[in-house]
Amino acid sequence: MRRFVTVAWLIMRKDLTVEARSRELLFTTLFFAMSIVLVFAFGFVRDGRPVENAAAGILWIAIAFAGTLALGRTFERERYHDVLHALLLAPVDRPAIYVGKLLGILALLATVEAIVVPLIALMFQAPLFRHPLLIVALLALGTTGFAAVGTLFAAMLVRARSRDVLLPVLLYPITIPVIIAGVRGTAALLQPEADPAMARMWIGMLGFFDVVFITLSLWTFEPVMTE
Amino acid sequence: MSSAGPSTATLHDAAIDFDQLELSEVSKYFGRRRALARVTFACRAGEVVALLGPNGAGKSTVLGLAATIIQPSAGEIRYGDHLAAQAGAPLRSQIGMLAHELQLYPELTARENLEFFAALSGLDEARARAAAALDWAGLGDRADDLVGGFSRGMRQRVAMERALLHDPRLLLLDEPFTGLDERSSAALAERLSGLRARDRIILLTTHDFDAAEAIVDRAVLLRGGRIAGMATSGGSLRERYRASLRDEVEGAR
Repeated sequence: MRRFVTVAWLIMRKDLTVEARSRELLFTTLFFAMSIVLVFAFGFVRDGRPVENAAAGILWIAIAFAGTLALGRTFERERYHDVLHALLLAPVDRPAIYVGKLLGILALLATVEAIVVPLIALMFQAPLFRHPLLIVALLALGTTGFAAVGTLFAAMLVRARSRDVLLPVLLYPITIPVIIAGVRGTAALLQPEADPAMARMWIGMLGFFDVVFITLSLWTFEPVMTE
Repeated sequence: MSSAGPSTATLHDAAIDFDQLELSEVSKYFGRRRALARVTFACRAGEVVALLGPNGAGKSTVLGLAATIIQPSAGEIRYGDHLAAQAGAPLRSQIGMLAHELQLYPELTARENLEFFAALSGLDEARARAAAALDWAGLGDRADDLVGGFSRGMRQRVAMERALLHDPRLLLLDEPFTGLDERSSAALAERLSGLRARDRIILLTTHDFDAAEAIVDRAVLLRGGRIAGMATSGGSLRERYRASLRDEVEGAR
């Protein structure tokens, strides 16, 4: 188990080191997420008053779209120079490679969310910080569920020519429950009368989805990666 | 350059050791395209075997299969008494591979690349091993430069060190002399001779017959995914290769 954690940490640290040097994924996903928020702000805020419940939906659309962009690139560095085969040849539990890649993408999306959430709070006058722990829990679990499936699909599609098209086509139908739970849980906290009990119920659902998605991904990663 | 390598200490206490790689009736299909057809041969410890053949003959596919990163469609590959599917990570800890694509991160320095792969292999003192490996490659003074700025030959030397970091029993080399200057080629040949003397199994593909001549013990000719007869005597490796290929073409008419 210790070795598994070490390998996942090594993969994540390597991904973050590469990203810190290129800032390629961070800047593109951040720009994309902020553009989504700003475009929707023009559409859904009239005379300084946002459409009811719009903020929750736009927050999760921004996460899903920016996440898809990041996930589509997560195995690109391994693909370009065929480093993926060197990783697969390393004497490690292959699911640890998956976990390392997942942690790297989660760190990236957490950074994007740290900027997008205050932006949405500002543009839509949404009380996103009224229940900070519940919002953090919704974001953390929702992003994990989305990225868990996305990382597996990105790995599956790494050798496919039409991977950029196929990734969202495969990813969105599977992760619809996560997006719905995230939107409904967030909306429950953004109502004039916040409903923390409802938000907790959706947090529980997200936790359940995460366990199912991560377990299935760990089981399937090795066979998926073997040609 | 001496032939001694780093010590073999890894976290894989149960690392599998073997003294022979054996392919039996191995076929491989990619979709409907047949890449290999019933390929059978063996390589023993202390032997350098060259896989020769024209482009598209299936040489790199054989290396991928031997590296366990591709599964055969039929037949079996044995590492001593073990099958790849049963052995997993402990077996992979005994395999080193230099692929045609050099499998290095261009955004990382040479030192960072080697440290990363040393740590993945569970080697102790990854930093010291990476430094020693870079000295071997003659790149000690470029250790902190990004690999993306290296020439093909320099990247080839770093990739070679990555393949050797964990002192594997089986070394799979796809065109190891590509991009190397004369001095580096000679140093690599000397290194491979040293590894052969230490009972490593070396399977390589090459089109550089001059560089390989001095170190290759035996050659296996592949053509169209099948094993073809390779002359064992009668001139240099290049002459034997050309004669065997000519015989093969004439035989097919």
